[in-house]
Order: sequence, then structure tokens, then C-alpha cells
Amino acid sequence: MKSLEELKAIRESMQAQMGLRNEDTNQTRIVVGMATCGIASGARPVLMELSKIVQEKGLSKVMVTQTGCIGLCQYEPIVEVIEPGKEKVTYIKMTPEKAKEIVDQHIIRGQIVSKYTISEDIG
Amino acid sequence: MLTELSLNILDVANNSIRAGANLIVIQVSIHTREDILTIKIIDNGHGMTKEQLSQVEDPFFTTRTTRDVGLGIPFLKQAALITGGTFSIKSKPNVETLVYASFGLSHIDRMPLGDINSTIYTLVLANQEIDFLYVFQCDDKEFQLDTRSLKDILGDISFDTPEVAEFIRDYLNDNYNETAGGCNF
Repeated sequence: MKSLEELKAIRESMQAQMGLRNEDTNQTRIVVGMATCGIASGARPVLMELSKIVQEKGLSKVMVTQTGCIGLCQYEPIVEVIEPGKEKVTYIKMTPEKAKEIVDQHIIRGQIVSKYTISEDIG
Repeated sequence: MLTELSLNILDVANNSIRAGANLIVIQVSIHTREDILTIKIIDNGHGMTKEQLSQVEDPFFTTRTTRDVGLGIPFLKQAALITGGTFSIKSKPNVETLVYASFGLSHIDRMPLGDINSTIYTLVLANQEIDFLYVFQCDDKEFQLDTRSLKDILGDISFDTPEVAEFIRDYLNDNYNETAGGCNF
């Protein structure tokens, strides 16, 4: 069995590093809808992928989190990107592959992926 | 339709989150001799009144204002009952709300447990302000993940720090495999 002793070692090795849990006002939030509608349409793998890429790319100012039903169940899985000082962008019908594109294009390069946004879909 | 028990667990735990819980206990137990699988989700959120409790199994009842139907609880109840299992919800508002479901383990209609490790990982990583106690049992073996113990060790280091997130993923996967191994379900 894996024990928490290993975590203590990890903790010690990163003693000097950052990654604090405090909510930074400069933080970008990526929010995944996780009510029954979202879960049934595949929100869990989307959140798993987002969390994985954000860690892999070392995006320490980005937080992946979740919310309940956004009220647009037919467009789930929904991902909202909330950047400080900018208007919220809502992406719909997400898959792990599309989510990866959003991290690469929108989060890292600052280019909104219009083809997946809700405004593109319903005008 | 939620096609894995672990997706139903994720869904019910989200009710606990919306109820403002700061501690959520998730227990999955498999007893091969008794041929039963049980799921318990206990939270300390605001809970439900008697009146809400009597309506909650009705798909056309929801507390949500964003839509008119609430399918989560009816899905889980139906999934349990078709395997000859049972389902119940008990609530003491602001103290404890318990959702319990049992399943005929070898029943042909029992949904697979599915990727329970991803369900727990998702809950823990995306809701760091809430504490989770997850217990997985299979016959005589069990393991648990208590985020309060993680926080005691980590102090203010976030769970989504890559090294920590990787540890949590491996901890869930390795201990699940070891606990479920040799336990035939």
C-alpha cells in the first residue's frame, strides 16, 4: 500500500517552492460544469484532462475548478474561462481533445478558440 | 444516463457541495460473500426538510432554478432497485445527510463501478476548500484517503501542484488495485 509517508518526502523536497493555495487575484479560473447534465455528457474526462495539462505545462496561475448546473444542459460539457479583468468565455460541447486546444490556444497564447464558444453556436 | 456507479457518486457528491458541506464522506464497500456492493455518501451540508425529502426521488422535483427536472437521485435509486438492492436518504438539516444505496453485486443489471479513482481525484482537486474522506473496502481489505491528513502534511501547498497531484493519482490507483485485487467483482 502506498502511504502518506511519501507525501511527507514530497513536501520536504518542495519546502522552498511556491504553489500556495491562497486565492490569487491574478489567477485564471477554468470552470467545468459538474451537475447531472455535465457528468452524463462527459464532464469528468474533460476536467481530468484540463487538470493534467495545466500541471504538465506548469501553469501555476491557472486554477481548474468546478461548478453546478449552468442552465444550458443541452450544451454540456461546458467549460468557462475566467481571466482577471476580461469577459468570461463559455465553451460548449467539450471533449478532452477540445479542452487541450483551449489550454494551448486560449490560456497559453491568449487566442479565444471561437469555433467552440457558445456565441459561435447560437449566434 | 450515468453509465457507471462512479459517475453517480460524482453526481450525488455534487449535491453535497451545493448544499454547502465542508466535509463529505464517500464509502464504497464490496462484500463478495454477501454478494453486495454498498455506497454511502454522508455530508454536513444544509440538508433537506421532511417535505423536500419526500419529493427528492421524484424526477420532476429539483431545488435548482436553472432547470425543472432533477434526475440525479432517481437515476441512482433506479440503478440500485433493479439489482434487488435498496436506496435511502436521511437528513438532519445542517447536521448530517446520508445517501445510501446497495446493489446485488453479481446481478446482471448492476452497473460497473467504473473509474472511481477519477471521480475521487476530480472531487478532491476541484474542491480544495472542502474536505473529503474516501473509504474503499473489498472484503477484508480497505484503504482510505482523508484530505484533512493531506492538508496536515502539505500546509498551504495546493493539491494541484504537479508533484502532489501525481501523488494523489498514484495513491488512489495503487491502493485501489491492491485492495480490489483478489476480490472478485
